[in-house]
Amino acid sequence: MYKIVKAEQLNANIYLMVIEAPRVARHCEPGQFVIVKIDEFGERIPLTICDYDRKAGTITIVFQPVGASTTRFAALKEGDAFRDFIGPLGCPSEFVTEDIETLKEKKILFVGGGVGAAPVYPQVKWLKEHGIEADVIIGSKNKDLLILEHEMEAVSGRYFPCTDDGSYGHAGMVTTKIEALVEQGNKYDVCIAIGPMIMMKFVCLLTKKLEIPTIVSMNPIMVDGTGMCGACRLLVGGEVKFACVDGPEFDGHQVDFDNAMKRQQMYKSEEGRAMLKLQEGDTHHGGCGNCGGDN
Amino acid sequence: MADVLKRVPVREQDAKVRAGNFEEVCYGYNKEEAMEEAARCLNCKNAQCVLGCPVAINIPGFVSKVKDGDMEGAYKVIGESSALPAICGRVCPQESQCECKCIRGIKGDPVSIGKLERFVADYALENDIKPEKAKETNGHKVAVIGSGPSGLTCAGDLAKLGYEVTVFEALHELGGVLVYGIPEFRLPKEKVVKKEIEKVKELGVKFETNVVIGKSTTIDQLMEEEGFEAVFIGSGAGLPMFMGIPGETANGVFSANEYLTRSNLMKAFDVNYDTPIAAGKKVAVIGGGNVAMDAARTALRLGAEVHIVYRRSEAELPARVEEVHHAKEEGVIFNLLTNPTEILVDENGWVKGMKVIRMELGEPDASGRRRPVPIPDSEFEMELDTVIMSLGTSPNPLIASTTEGLETNRRRCIVAEEENGQTSKAAVYAGGDAVTGAATVILAMGAGKAGAKGIHEYLSGK
Repeated sequence: MYKIVKAEQLNANIYLMVIEAPRVARHCEPGQFVIVKIDEFGERIPLTICDYDRKAGTITIVFQPVGASTTRFAALKEGDAFRDFIGPLGCPSEFVTEDIETLKEKKILFVGGGVGAAPVYPQVKWLKEHGIEADVIIGSKNKDLLILEHEMEAVSGRYFPCTDDGSYGHAGMVTTKIEALVEQGNKYDVCIAIGPMIMMKFVCLLTKKLEIPTIVSMNPIMVDGTGMCGACRLLVGGEVKFACVDGPEFDGHQVDFDNAMKRQQMYKSEEGRAMLKLQEGDTHHGGCGNCGGDN
Repeated sequence: MADVLKRVPVREQDAKVRAGNFEEVCYGYNKEEAMEEAARCLNCKNAQCVLGCPVAINIPGFVSKVKDGDMEGAYKVIGESSALPAICGRVCPQESQCECKCIRGIKGDPVSIGKLERFVADYALENDIKPEKAKETNGHKVAVIGSGPSGLTCAGDLAKLGYEVTVFEALHELGGVLVYGIPEFRLPKEKVVKKEIEKVKELGVKFETNVVIGKSTTIDQLMEEEGFEAVFIGSGAGLPMFMGIPGETANGVFSANEYLTRSNLMKAFDVNYDTPIAAGKKVAVIGGGNVAMDAARTALRLGAEVHIVYRRSEAELPARVEEVHHAKEEGVIFNLLTNPTEILVDENGWVKGMKVIRMELGEPDASGRRRPVPIPDSEFEMELDTVIMSLGTSPNPLIASTTEGLETNRRRCIVAEEENGQTSKAAVYAGGDAVTGAATVILAMGAGKAGAKGIHEYLSGK
């Protein structure tokens, strides 16, 4: 069992938890992810690592309830435990193994969207610890949905919050902020974009035009996450790649986002059905298409 | 008096009934049936069946105990060679290993060695007969990576010799392919796999789940920091292979690994579990091996019309004869000498069909089987909503890429000596699918045995 040492609700639908997982905390690097399973009945849920404390042996995760399992995550409190916590999985971000002096010469722009701010954070923090200050754009629908503001501001070179409704920071999508920064004469050697697939797609379309190499972190459907099932396959540069062992980070200009987005829809109805069953609890008598209750 | 040329038939769940459930297909022998079947054994001096067994079980030895009704004695004889008899009795290809060598088979049916092994093992599980444990530990620590058939066998053998063994498993359940790959109706998880693993625990083996070697820690760290003196890698098969035809990334195209993992490991067939499965209504499984049969029969039980699409003919099907027979009985449709050329996709990205071409057998290829060649202008379309690719796997790169000095071959399999599992790295041994590529449970067990022998020779000679 993996104990929850801190559980916090960040806003209406985003939660943060700190979990005891010493093996993971010792070996993880920015860019990697974990798989979390609540109990015997739960799904294996992949979540990016948001922070880690090697000394305390803990990992911070941030999640948004979307299916039956993650909805049950949200109900857990400090002192509760997950049955399974597996990781670190996937490859670390490329810069972790780059020559630090070369890296210091580079101007890096991060773009995070929604809950994607969570995986951006450990990368920006790692760079800060290595004497590199990156520019960070974080977008959300409105001010209330922005997460990790103070933490992010503390490790960023310059921090630019954006809201779609203009309630805070730059008014508009993250892409309009990238354009504005470049127009102001900022030059970037690399952009790292993490968020909903649709956001990453549009960031990549823009940065391709602006000729800024861009790395994205893909979050497709996964089952085992260790290179066995092939559910997480993506088309990158026309080739099949597995997000769990080849990624999760890829050259964003090579990723076939339209294909990836279609694949992500695959279990939408099944997830919805599992959710329905959860909400209806004992009163559930079919209608979900899963249990055959009303056949 | 029963006909001595014929084997005692084994009771099975009715094909029509079982096609709709996940209960075990074969009921196995009862004590009387087992004793009657055992009496057919000629107790050959120079027993050929033993030569056919990858772990060299003393088959006439245990069968004669069964004949006498000494089931505990029979279990001890098997236990000298195999730690997992309830599993092997169910999933070994006996017809091409031990039973095909049986002298009884020349004139009649060979002795039902597999069913007898299963009966003895089930008897031991039900009556809680303990395996023989080492008297004392020898203080040497060995790490085993993977809790599938090769890892469990290696761990069990080493524990019997007194080693302190820890098995590291990447998934959340123990058993490897025995839990994620082979379905419940062929190998019950609670009744058989869990209990047989309990027997390995009783030998003193420790288990740690959720540890992905190469990620959560490395082989070098296990040896340098955690005090393990030798390591056995039994990490199993890896990434599923696809055909490389158009439409393969469409929704509704699965690897057999994914389909089976969702149903077996994550229990998606049971509504009490959160993991979903898009089971499909009209399913084609591409391939003809045991995994293809497992996927097909799983889809059938989830309510689909199921087709096996295989490019060679029935004689070349790599699956066990019993599995093919069961699949047919249950209603799986076999489209043989047929090969997919394209998966047809609807406007939302879902599978709507598959273009296939008829094949004929030409000259033998490198594998000795006749090469299938397409018949010109014989393409046609099948209407489908799900396609399951069961074409084998290529090794998982996680361990090889994080262990310095560990040699792999051009197929990216770990290079290891057949007789003792020794790899190119000192104190590191390997066996099973990680070395051979996808093969059978019993071959992996044989490799686990060889690895245990290699590690014992290495550590006792140190």
